[in-house]
Amino acid sequence: MKCDLCNKKATVHLTEIVDGQMSEMHLCEECAREKSAHMEQQFGLADLLAGLSDFGKKVKEEETEPLICPECGTTYEDFKKFGRLGCSACYDAFHDNLTVLLKKIHGSNQHLGKAPIGFKDVPAKSKPKASGKAPVAAGPVTIEDLKGKLHQAIVDENFELAAELRDKIRDLEEQEKKK
Amino acid sequence: MKLDDLINHSGEWLKGTGPHANIVMSSRVRLARNLKNVSFPNRATKKTLVQVLENMQRASGEAPYFKGSTIFRMNELDNIDKQFLVERHLMSHEHAANVEGKALIVNSEEILSVMVNEEDHLRIQVMQSGFDLHETWRIISSIDDSLSQKLDFAYSKDWGYLTACPTNTGSAMRGSVMLHLPALVMTKQINKVLTAIAKLSFASRGFYGEGTQARGNFYQISNQVSLGHSEEDIIQNINGLIRQVIEQEEQARQALVMQNKPMLQDKIFRSLGILKSSYIISSQETVELLSMVRLGIDLGLVNDVDLRAVNELLIMIQPAHLQKLEGKKLTASARDIKRASLIRQKLGGQ
Repeated sequence: MKCDLCNKKATVHLTEIVDGQMSEMHLCEECAREKSAHMEQQFGLADLLAGLSDFGKKVKEEETEPLICPECGTTYEDFKKFGRLGCSACYDAFHDNLTVLLKKIHGSNQHLGKAPIGFKDVPAKSKPKASGKAPVAAGPVTIEDLKGKLHQAIVDENFELAAELRDKIRDLEEQEKKK
Repeated sequence: MKLDDLINHSGEWLKGTGPHANIVMSSRVRLARNLKNVSFPNRATKKTLVQVLENMQRASGEAPYFKGSTIFRMNELDNIDKQFLVERHLMSHEHAANVEGKALIVNSEEILSVMVNEEDHLRIQVMQSGFDLHETWRIISSIDDSLSQKLDFAYSKDWGYLTACPTNTGSAMRGSVMLHLPALVMTKQINKVLTAIAKLSFASRGFYGEGTQARGNFYQISNQVSLGHSEEDIIQNINGLIRQVIEQEEQARQALVMQNKPMLQDKIFRSLGILKSSYIISSQETVELLSMVRLGIDLGLVNDVDLRAVNELLIMIQPAHLQKLEGKKLTASARDIKRASLIRQKLGGQ
């Protein structure tokens, strides 16, 4: 097979999906290198954030309602596309996803720096706070409970606990199927 | 102060003094701040952006370092003026594009500059000559404290200062230093150093800002991570890293002198010779030659030129500066002639 861009022998075969349209390319090593350099240039911050922010999405697959900020109307999809939040209230609206994302970017999600003069230490109003290691609860637990804990364990990078929780979820799901 | 007045003097950060000024050209700290319950610039209406600027103007009236400052509204400036401010390291390229509601506040010494309605409502920047991030942080923190008493900043206990891009959330601080590392480049150690810097989660870029290639052996190193560390810790980490880079550059300079002093002298004085006697010169060549002269000053070889002159030339040889000096638009080839003339005049050439 010949390279699509020059007439040398094609050794690299690329499949691209753009807006749901699949296209194939057959390239020689040289043209492939040029194309991949071009692709790297196009790969900006928004793509990087979108890649990272997808990570948060996977653990919340049950969610079907689009996330939208009630203050400024920015959707989580907008954020993934442009890499910018619309206002300070977006941080509440996308709290769970941003908890994962901030940890991915900074390796932490707890501010340790200064505060504005006169800032009063008001506890976060709505969402439960990250509370260190998620303990495996005793007694009857639901799959939903465990998924929440799995989410937290991943945020905390406690992968041992996450694996344990994943297996428990799988067991419970299989039990439910049998019912 | 009018914009045209800036051309007749240079920023304090270029004066070539302060600790390790032979290697560290300048120290810079910038903070991103947003107003609570106000759409970030990317979602804000024109009316909102105007209000943000008005609020900022009121708040800055009593803040330290703003005395004698000037506001430049981006929609009132032509392209050369905007480029001129970018070249002086007072604002970003992004701030010069899509000018709606954007402004720049600069104090007379050019130590302080504030971009209003860039990516965040406020991007406050303080620059100092030499290696002194602690002092730079102290100055900017006092400005921030003063502004926070007048403006309600978007802040959360858990996530710190809330910014349009989550890569800045937390302290919303970037500390950076501009380093001149000719000996590490000449001894081919620079890639090793830059790789180590990247591994430690610090970013390095060229003298002319984000997305630019390092030219003339100038490298700007800054922190990437802003959440989970206090500002002092971040500064301390940068300082620790930079001290090591300085040490390596100093050792490499000594090694070059020991190994082949005549070769080094030849390179430095040829560079100075070309700069003093050219009638046409590109900016790329100028920066490379100025880098050699700067090295020569540190090694005590060049005595008739000082660090300040070299630092100032690095800024003044850029396109918008040359056009402001000339008072009219210049083509690329006319700029090469103007550049050479400016350098001869500044370095006492032919």
